[in-house]
Amino acid sequence: MTAPDVVLGGFLAAAVRVATPLLLAATGETVTERAGVINLGLEGMMLAGALAATLGASAAGPWTGLAVAVLAGMLLAAGFAAIAIGARADQIIAGTALTLGAVGLTGTIYRQAYGTAGAGLALPTLAPVPIPLLSRIPVLGPALFAQPAPTYLALAALPIVWWVLFRTRPGLALRATGEGAAMARAAGVRTGLVRTLATIVGGGFAGLAGATLVLAQVGTFAEKMTAGRGYVAIAIVVLGRWHPAGVAVAALLFGAATALQYVFQSLGLSVPYQLFLMLPYVLTLLALAGAVGRLRAPADLGKT
Amino acid sequence: MLLGLLVLAGGLQLAGYDAPTALGALWQGAAGSWYALTSATLVRAVPLVIIGLGIALAFRAGALNIGAEGQFYAGAIAAAWVGLHVGGRPAGIAATAVLLAAILAGMAWVLVPVWLKLRFGVLEVISTLLLNFVAESLVSLMVQGPLQEAQHIYPQSDSIAAAARLPLLPGTRLHAGLLLALVAAAALWYVFARTLWGFRLHAVGAGARAAEISGRIDVRRVGAVALLGSGALAGLAGGVELSGVSYALFQNLSPGYGFTAIAVALLARLHPLGVVATGILFGALEAGAGAMQRDAGVPAVAVYVVEAVVIVVVLLAEASARRATAARVTA
Repeated sequence: MTAPDVVLGGFLAAAVRVATPLLLAATGETVTERAGVINLGLEGMMLAGALAATLGASAAGPWTGLAVAVLAGMLLAAGFAAIAIGARADQIIAGTALTLGAVGLTGTIYRQAYGTAGAGLALPTLAPVPIPLLSRIPVLGPALFAQPAPTYLALAALPIVWWVLFRTRPGLALRATGEGAAMARAAGVRTGLVRTLATIVGGGFAGLAGATLVLAQVGTFAEKMTAGRGYVAIAIVVLGRWHPAGVAVAALLFGAATALQYVFQSLGLSVPYQLFLMLPYVLTLLALAGAVGRLRAPADLGKT
Repeated sequence: MLLGLLVLAGGLQLAGYDAPTALGALWQGAAGSWYALTSATLVRAVPLVIIGLGIALAFRAGALNIGAEGQFYAGAIAAAWVGLHVGGRPAGIAATAVLLAAILAGMAWVLVPVWLKLRFGVLEVISTLLLNFVAESLVSLMVQGPLQEAQHIYPQSDSIAAAARLPLLPGTRLHAGLLLALVAAAALWYVFARTLWGFRLHAVGAGARAAEISGRIDVRRVGAVALLGSGALAGLAGGVELSGVSYALFQNLSPGYGFTAIAVALLARLHPLGVVATGILFGALEAGAGAMQRDAGVPAVAVYVVEAVVIVVVLLAEASARRATAARVTA
């Protein structure tokens, strides 16, 4: 390959790598928000998923870690649902509390389990799985079709979530609950149950997203390692207009904006790297501003 | 609160720690001595109270400012910049200039979300949040660029001029920022309880639609002013922390004050005088957490769990009170 190809390939691979956990978390949050629930605890659930994946993987391998992470995310989401849906408490505040509690809980458990020395890098992780033939395509192949399993899981989930949301009766009931809970109730939909289930599904995705960070990327747990990705995922849901396809595009754009720094580094430009750290957030803000008028949240989002 | 501590004690016992020792250390570190009370608890409480007042102001108007952390850093950057350049001035003027710069920077930082909201309808929850990350990168840029210390070795600024520092209570680390926090709380209480602006804020927060239909209240303007005031206070907190405690700018200057302050404001039910109380309470918890880690080996982050439990308990109590009221109304 020529030098520009290497740069481009590296850029694409990095973009997909950054986008994967965001896409997973945002897909789950799309389901949750379509049912009218906004869960700011996404960050906390991702963090819990990351720690659960670490513990599970070191005990019984990476796939167990993945499964345990999904369960951890669902467990926290169920707690959130009990407070915000069962007791009808304010969703924004309950979500903030969930994240705060998860930061404390994961930090405490992590130190309890590994001491101050940390888990180290001895964790069994998920290696990239090249897809036969496709991964041999020049430039694109290694970037898109030689990723760890969670990337394929994220891509496979998109059409499934789309189909369930827009082509099935339960999906219709879910969207009806988000657009007008009172009407949905009158039509016989058990809105409390629908919202609870949608929240728990979102939690499972968030746990998986956290596991991806540990098992497919970093290789170990660190306190507060999600570093705001849960909040970014919520912005991506808005930017993706609460639609799986839009969310996928938005997540990839954010990934690409983040990956730009590798390109500029390899070009040897002497621009402060912090500008590139800011870039994805600034671009997201600009994109939100540019999407004016075309953004319409589910009408009953956040209402108790 | 008691429930939160009980949960902590139970959790610690389960995790194999000596709960009485840990809680004893927590108490000692927070209020065990005059020095602990002033130099640990109150020093920690000052930024929480000031930011918490700003959050209360914004939330009262229904404007969800989740970006206080970023506004705090904007204030701290401005304070460091000015503080490094006011060496020759009299102490009062230098410190005032530092704090004014911090206030303006906090307002400037929140101006972007305000503009995005008014012009494009971008939700402030998202925009203020995203700007937190930008602010953190900006601090990193500053301390490795224009504001780096003279030797160009460490990622932090030089210490600000002595004249720009806030006076200390003799024998302690407690600085005059506490007075500012108390004055701000009293002023905000007066505005909320006794002025037309306080009524407008309340009307918009309680029901923006109704306030708009009444025709007497410009909902967008009230929301914008509340956000600007909120940013000003968070910026001030950054300036106070820099000129009263750290004297230099560096990354991680704030251990998440901007987020903890949300809990502080909510727990006080957005009441300014309540914010002072809950701010000191959370300051004590976090000060005690440090001692708990030192003396009983319990990770300091465990107090976040206590804070979360406290928030949830208050939240559940409020929700059940609301349901009870609703039941009475319909009955």
